[in-house]
Amino acid sequence: MDEPGAENGPLKILIADDSDSDRLILKTLLKGLGHDVLDAANGRDAVRLFQSGAPDIVMLDALMPAMDGMEAARQIKRLAGERMVPVIFVTSLTEAGDLAQCLEAGGDGFLSKPYNRLMIKAKISAFNRMRLLHQALSRQRDAMRERNRQLLEEQHVARRVFDNIAHTGCLDAANIRYHASPLSVFSGDVLFASPRPAGGMLVFAGDFTGHGLPAAIGAMPVAETFYGMAGKGFDGSDILREINQKLARILPKDMFCCGVMVEADFAFNQLRIWNGGLPDGWLVRSSTERYSLPSLHLPLGILGADQFKAEMDVVRTRPGDRLLLMTDGVLECSDAAGNLFGEEGVRLALENAGNEGHPFDALMRGIEQFTGQLNFGDDLTLFCLEMIDEAGLAVLPDALEPSSLAGPTEWTCEYEVRERTLGEFSPLPLLFHICMEVPGLRRKSGEIYTLLSELYNNALEHGVLELPSEWKYTQAGFDRYYEERTVRLGRVGGHYIRFRFHHKPVGPGGRLHVVCEDSGSGFDFRNHPALQSAAVAHSGPRYGGRGLVLLKRLAESVRYYGEGNRVEVVYEWCP
Amino acid sequence: MPIQTSRSHDGQTLIIRIEGRFDFSTHQAFRDAYEHGGTDVRGYIVDLAEATYLDSSALGMLLLLRDYAGGDNASIAIENCNKDVRKILTISNFEQLFTIR
Repeated sequence: MDEPGAENGPLKILIADDSDSDRLILKTLLKGLGHDVLDAANGRDAVRLFQSGAPDIVMLDALMPAMDGMEAARQIKRLAGERMVPVIFVTSLTEAGDLAQCLEAGGDGFLSKPYNRLMIKAKISAFNRMRLLHQALSRQRDAMRERNRQLLEEQHVARRVFDNIAHTGCLDAANIRYHASPLSVFSGDVLFASPRPAGGMLVFAGDFTGHGLPAAIGAMPVAETFYGMAGKGFDGSDILREINQKLARILPKDMFCCGVMVEADFAFNQLRIWNGGLPDGWLVRSSTERYSLPSLHLPLGILGADQFKAEMDVVRTRPGDRLLLMTDGVLECSDAAGNLFGEEGVRLALENAGNEGHPFDALMRGIEQFTGQLNFGDDLTLFCLEMIDEAGLAVLPDALEPSSLAGPTEWTCEYEVRERTLGEFSPLPLLFHICMEVPGLRRKSGEIYTLLSELYNNALEHGVLELPSEWKYTQAGFDRYYEERTVRLGRVGGHYIRFRFHHKPVGPGGRLHVVCEDSGSGFDFRNHPALQSAAVAHSGPRYGGRGLVLLKRLAESVRYYGEGNRVEVVYEWCP
Repeated sequence: MPIQTSRSHDGQTLIIRIEGRFDFSTHQAFRDAYEHGGTDVRGYIVDLAEATYLDSSALGMLLLLRDYAGGDNASIAIENCNKDVRKILTISNFEQLFTIR
């Protein structure tokens, strides 16, 4: 930009007056004040000189031949565009109407003839101050505009990185519907879903305090942790503990993340849920039957690891049940009068859904009607998961890229957990990880995980904890089973569970031997129906006793030894 | 002033009264209130009788106060919440960290 920046520095001033004597007087005066002067005898020359000379201030006589001052002012203002070039009319006119015309043509002020040196000096410095102020504002506005553009561009790039991490999951599965509306490029909301190696899904919906970059920075490690651990077979509680600890360490004290973790087990028709700080979730069975899933925990990132409680509550479901999760953006939707949608709005929308309507659509419609908008203002996430037969789900792609490195094909390994460790630690992810190192075996990850978890859970729950599986046949017994499991885990002592693995390559695939032994008193495997015939497999879904059937179906052979506290499984696989 | 402080009769408790919206706009004033409350303060009362609204950044500010007042050893009571404010504190389960009356 052209700029004599200083307030008292010399300016380039364009003057136009058809009276030679007046022009000479003015020119001499201005030069005497230290300014450079361009002069023209009519409006047309003035406009030309304006274009070639780029003056800082223009002084025009109103009445001139060829082009009068008013037309010249109009053209000069147009040429100046956003640049502020004060146009002062020097005139002997005194009629209010004439003077008003000068202003309408774009003039900024007047200087009356005959000239007075003091007045000219004062006017010019006043208009120069105005010019400089305008310049400063424009510069600041341009800088801000540029900064904002940069910021947005950076956010878009960051957003792409974030999306690569956050959206590797299975949010597009057939039984999931969701709505996420970002307030800015990053909203404070996150929504993750991942298939589990043994079947079923893990879902996490979260809401960080604040939005924009700070929220996104917190969201990154949450996404990484969630997808990383879910893919390795960790359960919801483990992941919650890890996320909480990580957030407590990295977030400033006043930032935290409200969230809901859900483990969906479609085969068992069961949800496990943990809600820390999000509005009530809902399990919707019909328009009249639904169950609230309230927040029972502090949000993530507040408590230290020793105080944090990650236990998830078990909820029995039926096929067709729908789980609704929402962030507080849903409750905080407001209508034109400022009333909040609130829990009452959610309740009404779900009741109005009728038995045919989908609760997700009902709630979305409810919010639209309430706010009168199709685009909701605040960051708002709504998520719906339907409990369906897993067979109905399209096969989900293996999220983890196969390693390009050669892995172990011939190996043995023994791993034993003892005493209190049994109550505090699940060796499953570790054992699963060891097996997944075998090249090609990752494609069988679901079967391997099921195999390991059935073996381990049988050993732990029936062998070590001596929980009778019959309890799981009824709803009341089912609840009791899980309560008792927690109690007994807390005081487990004098026990162990030992795994011994042996893998060797067979053709393009391999054979995996797994021996699982526990310190429990075993069971009467010789008369167990599941080990007698295939009949049980067809006796319909039951809550318990299905583990053995599953093992038999997956493995080449399942053999029990000793008192029933040692089981040997042979699993053969082909890529 | 949306935030006023006073001492209890025995002088050991700092009472912080919040009027109107308790949100990010009161961040600095709230912080000044407890940081300039004196070094001999044993406990805190956050009086929300006149508070109409509380958002998640206010929850964050309460956590900052808790940290300032000694974390797990802090003695902080939140008093006189209206129904809406109470609901927000309940959803976040803040009764595990604060005495809510």
